[in-house]
Amino acid sequence: MLLQVKEVTHAYRENRTFWSSSRQAPVLSNVSLTLEEGQCLGLLGTSGAGKSTLGKVILGMEKPQTGQVLFQEHDFYKVHGSAKRALRRDLQAVFQDSYSAVNPRLTAEQIIGEPLENYERLSQREQKAKVGELLETVGLKAEDMTKYPNQFSGGQLQRIAIARAIALRPKLIVLDESVSSLDMVNQTYILDLLNKLKKDFGLSYLFITHDIKAAYTLCDKLAVMERGEIVDSFQDKDHIFNSTHSAVKKLLSAMLPEHPRYRTRMRRDESQS
Amino acid sequence: MIAKLRAILRDRKAIAVCSVILLLFAMVALFAPWISPHDPVKVNLAIKLQPPSGDYWLGTDHLGRDNFSRLLHGARISLGLAFLIFIASLGIGLVVGVISGYRGGWLDAWLMRFCEAVMTVPNLVLVLGMVGIFGPGLGQVVLALMLVQWVYYARMFRGMVISLKERQFIAAARISGSSEWKVIRRHVLPNVLPPILVMGTLEMGWAIMDISALSFLGLGIQPPTPEWGAMIHEGKAFIRSHPELMLYPGLMILLVVISFNLLGEALSERFGVKRRM
Repeated sequence: MLLQVKEVTHAYRENRTFWSSSRQAPVLSNVSLTLEEGQCLGLLGTSGAGKSTLGKVILGMEKPQTGQVLFQEHDFYKVHGSAKRALRRDLQAVFQDSYSAVNPRLTAEQIIGEPLENYERLSQREQKAKVGELLETVGLKAEDMTKYPNQFSGGQLQRIAIARAIALRPKLIVLDESVSSLDMVNQTYILDLLNKLKKDFGLSYLFITHDIKAAYTLCDKLAVMERGEIVDSFQDKDHIFNSTHSAVKKLLSAMLPEHPRYRTRMRRDESQS
Repeated sequence: MIAKLRAILRDRKAIAVCSVILLLFAMVALFAPWISPHDPVKVNLAIKLQPPSGDYWLGTDHLGRDNFSRLLHGARISLGLAFLIFIASLGIGLVVGVISGYRGGWLDAWLMRFCEAVMTVPNLVLVLGMVGIFGPGLGQVVLALMLVQWVYYARMFRGMVISLKERQFIAAARISGSSEWKVIRRHVLPNVLPPILVMGTLEMGWAIMDISALSFLGLGIQPPTPEWGAMIHEGKAFIRSHPELMLYPGLMILLVVISFNLLGEALSERFGVKRRM
């Protein structure tokens, strides 16, 4: 089992004073899920459902109040030192806002080179070659490595973020709304790229999104969250269309049809049912 | 009219002119012992209060010391001390602010409450109090100014680090396996230092004012050391007969402080840096 989330409950701290801090209503309550190697799980839900918090918990950035996250059978919050470093290596992430995900003062080479520096002792020339290779893998040119983030478009920056995430050949990549801020054309490109990388490198994804279409394209199984809970999950992604849960229906109705004409028909169906 | 003037001052000409003036002062400060025509502390009562001449360009003061040489050496002390205070308080503020903002939690809360406590007391009062305890003198003044200045830097650094922490490249760097120290060195400091240096230019002007003010009150640099504020202090006895004794050092302070302020203002306008917190 690659990833196991067991009964995770979490609330953020607030009202911090000198002496005490209270916690808000839970953002996650009793969340459990599993992910096998090579699989892609789509985590769906509207804004504020706790998807991103769950992503943070899985990435080891937000210690949950109760519950356990096992990545490759190890608890991220219990291992330390070199064991944690080794675990870290297999778990990478791509975020939503590609502009904020890269340091504006570094070149593409430095950005993609950072994980390599941390884990692989390569000579300068080797690292440069590796970065060039990675850039080409994600559909950019090797010459682009000397450019700064402001010389790239949002879609290109997202490719750079993906190149950084796959640089260490991780086992799992958490994609937190990674295509949501892109236009349709770029979304399609990135989704195709992610699909290809998954096949080529045997990657697993945890794809956090509110866009059923994108999740359906990329994922093998789906889970739907609402108010911090997983309300429905589907081992076979096609079953989502048969779900009767209100949260799932809400997401389905938010999906835009291929052509505006169908939209009215969908509305009419809804009002009848 | 005023708006127009401001627009002109904001122009890049302001940056150029102020930089040239400050550079000139810096050179003077560096090379004062070699370029000043006379010894700035050599007393010769036979030639006291002389008008400007070929030998004494700006005349002599009440003890027959060369005004011009004293002004040059004054630049050395004023600028040197201001720079020392700037660097030292920036250093302390950097360490405290970055740790506070980056770590957060109770440490942040305590450090910031301490800074706020220091900030509630007017700077000059605090410095006067410290000088009262340690006694007047150059070292004490520098120490006192340093100890009240750093809290402002700490607040600024902390604010910037906190807003920077929200940016996802910090999280991305951690996920790439970078150590906390590497994240700070590579992602936090380079994004935080340049705007602070711009604001530091404004602070330099204030430091010079503070040093001069304390010396004028007789609490800072002690005679016979030539320092602009101390020179005004010594000259004030002759304000009726020889006002130039106060005027020369006063003009120097004016010129340097205005240059620092305009430069700081122009730079922060240029780089979109907000003043203070």
